[in-house]
Amino acid sequence: MSAVTEFLQQVVEGLGSGAVYASLALALVLIYRFTGIVNFAQGELAMLSTYVAWQLVASGMPFWLALPVTLAVSFAGGMLVERIVIRPVQGAPELTVVIVTVGLFIFVNALAGLIWSFTVKDFPQPFPDGGLDLAGVRVDWSTLGIIGVVAVVMGLLYLLFQHTAIGLTMRAVACNPASARLSGIRVGRVLMLGWGLAATVGAVSGVLVAPLLFLEPNMMGGVLIYAFAAATLGGFDSPVGAVVGGLFVGVAETLTGAYVDVVGADLKVGVPLVIILAVLLVRPQGLFGRAAVERA
Amino acid sequence: MSTIIATLGTGRARRLRAALTVLLAAAVAVGAPFYFAPFQVFQLTMVLLYAVALAGLNLLVGFGGQISLGHGAFFAAGAYTAAVMLDRYDTGHLATLPVAAAGCFLLGLGFGVPALRLRGLYLALVTLAFAVFLPPLLKRLEPVTGGSMGLTVDKLQPPAWSGLAEDQWLYLVVLAVTAVALLLARNLLRSRVGRALLAVRDNESAAEVMGVRLSLHKTLAFAWSAMFAGVAGCLYTWVIGFVSPDSFSFVLSITLLAGLVVGGLASLYGPLLGAAFVMYVPSVSQDVSEAAPGVVFGLLIITVMFVAPTGLAGLPGRVRAAVARRLPRRAPTSARTPEAESAPDGEPEPDAESGPESLAESGPGGDPESLAESAPDAEESAAASAPDVSPKSPAASDPSATDTPADLAVADAEPVGAPPRTEKE
Repeated sequence: MSAVTEFLQQVVEGLGSGAVYASLALALVLIYRFTGIVNFAQGELAMLSTYVAWQLVASGMPFWLALPVTLAVSFAGGMLVERIVIRPVQGAPELTVVIVTVGLFIFVNALAGLIWSFTVKDFPQPFPDGGLDLAGVRVDWSTLGIIGVVAVVMGLLYLLFQHTAIGLTMRAVACNPASARLSGIRVGRVLMLGWGLAATVGAVSGVLVAPLLFLEPNMMGGVLIYAFAAATLGGFDSPVGAVVGGLFVGVAETLTGAYVDVVGADLKVGVPLVIILAVLLVRPQGLFGRAAVERA
Repeated sequence: MSTIIATLGTGRARRLRAALTVLLAAAVAVGAPFYFAPFQVFQLTMVLLYAVALAGLNLLVGFGGQISLGHGAFFAAGAYTAAVMLDRYDTGHLATLPVAAAGCFLLGLGFGVPALRLRGLYLALVTLAFAVFLPPLLKRLEPVTGGSMGLTVDKLQPPAWSGLAEDQWLYLVVLAVTAVALLLARNLLRSRVGRALLAVRDNESAAEVMGVRLSLHKTLAFAWSAMFAGVAGCLYTWVIGFVSPDSFSFVLSITLLAGLVVGGLASLYGPLLGAAFVMYVPSVSQDVSEAAPGVVFGLLIITVMFVAPTGLAGLPGRVRAAVARRLPRRAPTSARTPEAESAPDGEPEPDAESGPESLAESGPGGDPESLAESAPDAEESAAASAPDVSPKSPAASDPSATDTPADLAVADAEPVGAPPRTEKE
């Protein structure tokens, strides 16, 4: 295998994991846009959704039926979380809200351990084995499948936001909640909807990554770090940025692991740290984000 | 009870009471290792050293309004600094403390500079990433750190003249360091730096306009805070005599934050309560199930933020206020009770005057009364910044009240509780 195909091979694999980071980053960005909250529990909610999917499949449901059911459950779960946990602190200082999401992180993580134990579970691979051979670069069906699913999710979100009445109200709330409320939009409901959507998008990332990482309560911890790096790189207020950032982080991670000997597989988790620090030093608002302007 | 406090609450009687309290507390603290069994003494020692880490975290989170999800990493850095010095250079225990402290201070500065230039949660992200990165890094640096096997070093041994057992000596040494650290944290807060920090927390823009250099103070607060964590880590090595990467996983960072929140943010003795929490809750609930500590911690954090944002430390003050509201009003008593809860509209509460007073009265040095005093005061400030959760939560639990004007007002007025605090500057 020539050096070039080897390189391309790594890039393809990077894009595969990047798509997973992108979808969790997208969930983070959605919530940030709507509520200005960085949801530290996003990964854990995705992990919980993945357990729901696992439970459904384990009880005999075919995967492609279990997936929509899981997404529906996640949507409802996300709305519930907003209503019960987040609404009471909505508008409170950032610190309060973050601590609450950290509390949610700890709680959900332990809850999954309580229900399903901390032993690793095999998650069914929804995509067939094998793959395409593109000029010597092997593209697994699973990689293609992951990228495809994430692309579909993104397309649907785009349609929802840009071409439906609900999307319009949601954008109005994200843009200016006070004005939106004055023009008769039920802001509370829209926020619930936003959290539901984010939980759904997050669930997609969990279900996609579970066959690769094996399912256990701490599965999403690492993914969350990469998603944070992706969102920081793309800009926390930019959905497009989240996707681009996710793909970039995925490729950067794989290439660093493969080509930088000092780093290797075990220290790859340092990549998001370096990316976050570099972005904050060079272009703090991220590639696609808008710089914050302070108004007293 | 509040009548007693009112009568004792002034002048010499107050100072006398304070001195007595401190003497009593000191006597109990020093006497403890001679009363309890070695294992219990060990647990108390751990409580004390966690308290040092939490006091540092409190500087940052409670008083600085910034979040670190990676204090376990600084704790680890301190512990490893001490362990490596003892293991490879055989420096003796005492030398490791200043090195660990200084090293973590610098590490904090290094991460603080990029993360704290900006508003928002970037510090939380950076520290989280750092906490996740550190254990694999420690495993990789095997020649120095011993890899995943960790390092075993000598515990701190009692000198022969003392005639003390190892656990007793360790306890007393850690007690001394903790006392110094807590005192340092308290004095730091009463200094110019501390006041600047509070101003930044309560209203960044206003603080900046008044000439506080935001990034400098936030970064310094973070560095101090990392230093405290490093000192705690160093003590950990002295006490346990063993470090390994897995002792300092991300869970430690989360547990520290959880303990602090439950113990009481922005309270001077909240860290002690929180440390007891960090020490005992896992060991007690672990018997129930592996997941139980997490469930308990998670639920408690959320509950505390909803109903008692000042944590355990603020509870007596809140209860007193609640009781006082129900009692018929008597002039002197009711004037002294903090009424933070009864002022959901953000009116400056009657007790707000006692805040600046207790901050300014740093004159009678080491006056522990003001330590106790600043609990309601800390509650005020916490009520000013963190919460306004409490007034709102009842409204939010009623679905029909979701779209009330109060909710609406929140959207544009971001530093809700700022006015009472700014009076002090």
